[in-house]
Amino acid sequence: MAEVLVVVEATKEFGVKKVTLEMLTLARELGTPSAVVLGGAGAAEALSAKLGEYGAEKIYAAEGEEIDGYLVAPKATVLADLVKRVQPAAVLLASAQEGKEIAARLAVKLDNGILTDVVGLDADGTATQVAFAGSTIVKSKVTKGLPLVTVRPNSVNPTPAAATPAVEQLTVAVTDADKLAKVVDRVAEQKGSRPELTEASVVVSGGRGVGNADNFKLVEELADLLGGAVGASRAAVDSGFYPHQFQVGQTGKTVSPQLYVALGISGAIQHRAGMQTSKTIVAVNKDGEAPIFELADFGVVGDLFKVVPQAAEEIRKRK
Amino acid sequence: MNIVVLVKQVPDSGADRNLRSDDNTVDRGSANNVINEMDEYAIEEALKIKEAHGGEVTILTMGPDRATESIRKALSMGPDKAVHVVDDALHGSCAVATSKVLAAALGQLNADLVICGAESTDGRVQVLPHMIAERLGVAALTGARKLTVDGSTLTVERQTEEGYEVVTASTPAVVSVWDTINEPRYPSFKGIMAAKKKPVQTLSLGDLGVAPTEVGFDGATSAVLEHTKRPPRSGGAKITDEGEGGVKLVEFLATEKFV
Repeated sequence: MAEVLVVVEATKEFGVKKVTLEMLTLARELGTPSAVVLGGAGAAEALSAKLGEYGAEKIYAAEGEEIDGYLVAPKATVLADLVKRVQPAAVLLASAQEGKEIAARLAVKLDNGILTDVVGLDADGTATQVAFAGSTIVKSKVTKGLPLVTVRPNSVNPTPAAATPAVEQLTVAVTDADKLAKVVDRVAEQKGSRPELTEASVVVSGGRGVGNADNFKLVEELADLLGGAVGASRAAVDSGFYPHQFQVGQTGKTVSPQLYVALGISGAIQHRAGMQTSKTIVAVNKDGEAPIFELADFGVVGDLFKVVPQAAEEIRKRK
Repeated sequence: MNIVVLVKQVPDSGADRNLRSDDNTVDRGSANNVINEMDEYAIEEALKIKEAHGGEVTILTMGPDRATESIRKALSMGPDKAVHVVDDALHGSCAVATSKVLAAALGQLNADLVICGAESTDGRVQVLPHMIAERLGVAALTGARKLTVDGSTLTVERQTEEGYEVVTASTPAVVSVWDTINEPRYPSFKGIMAAKKKPVQTLSLGDLGVAPTEVGFDGATSAVLEHTKRPPRSGGAKITDEGEGGVKLVEFLATEKFV
């Protein structure tokens, strides 16, 4: 069976990201999964056990300052060379900022079609995408070149399938044109051990109704009790209650968790666009007419400052 | 500094948006068409740079005739002029072909700096800035929440999942921005009146040296096979808190196995 290249998404803090395991699971349906690690020195070594656990038969690694010290372009160059050499059945990347950007450059380099926000991929290359904030389901296909797709987090249930991958170090032959945008610093702002927002299976979000930044502790407490990530509506972010990288909505992150808890969020279309494909939605809002209740599988009309602490207490009791 | 801002006209994300049943393209007739929201931040950033460093701001739009409305709206914020790439053969173009057309237009405009929104609200594909940079062989500083210009050196704070990266490059470059970068100005009455007289140059594919077969459905590198509307969600149980709302919420979560 032909190889399927899976470009690994990982962070220093959390290691291999869940979307990578989803892509490896998906890749096994299409061919033989090979993971591609593009990162700093020693990146592949640190990730190989986890990648093997989910079925990577091989790991291609391009590591070091030439790759990691510049934005996106060197990664695309190395990947394009690899694609030309191994002629894979498909190339999968994460449908997140960098994954889409690497795919974008690859598409131009290879004059190849590209599909983003893919939630399913058949063996014949037919992809399922969600469009217009989850309101439209699209079936589409790359018609020029190989299936080059970016996979949306939380689309596939990742299942292990043990393999023992050998690591092949790739020759890094990047040009000066790949080194125009230099990364001079990386600053971590996310604190604590909460799961990453787009990958989390539970997201607890706060809106304008939370009232102020300090009160977001309540949102964080419930998120921690449920093992979830914290999100915020645009109104909450614009009011300075919570940092922008946690914004869920049309401008912000799109999330699709198993459980979405909306606290003090009215459910404006801007917000719904980022969360309405969540499996189960729960809402607490003092306005019984708030549009969020049209989406909620379970809604509580009430004061979140009473309902949420009581819910937190009840969860603790049950633990 | 010669700055070009990419502006896309999109169906209003606040309205019900659809794909056309005949050719699976975005239905521009059923919803209000507006400037892609993120592009307004790109325009604002360009105007701020011009105000601080001098130069000229040009709007570049690829789109059908009706995109003129959005071009005038963009000009009313303060840019100097606009270029509208319009050609019937462009209908149905994929992202790869779109980047080819925009790169060809940018090649004629000699921009020091190209600024665009990080993504459009219709496709949310986020690929154009890097595609264009790849074609032009210039730097791409994408996902910026802050941009600093010092002579020909550009420095951005690029928003990431974990925090941010500080990335630097020399002009010419493509920069894409998020809505955290600034607060776009509202067009003044004077701005709206002035926009009516600002030059808008139209360019056809022929003017750009791009063959009709390289774009539209003929030149597309991907195809939509079919599309369906997802049935709207229907609300479930809604209770009013009478002192036990928190407990009842947890009971629901327990039946769904979340606690």
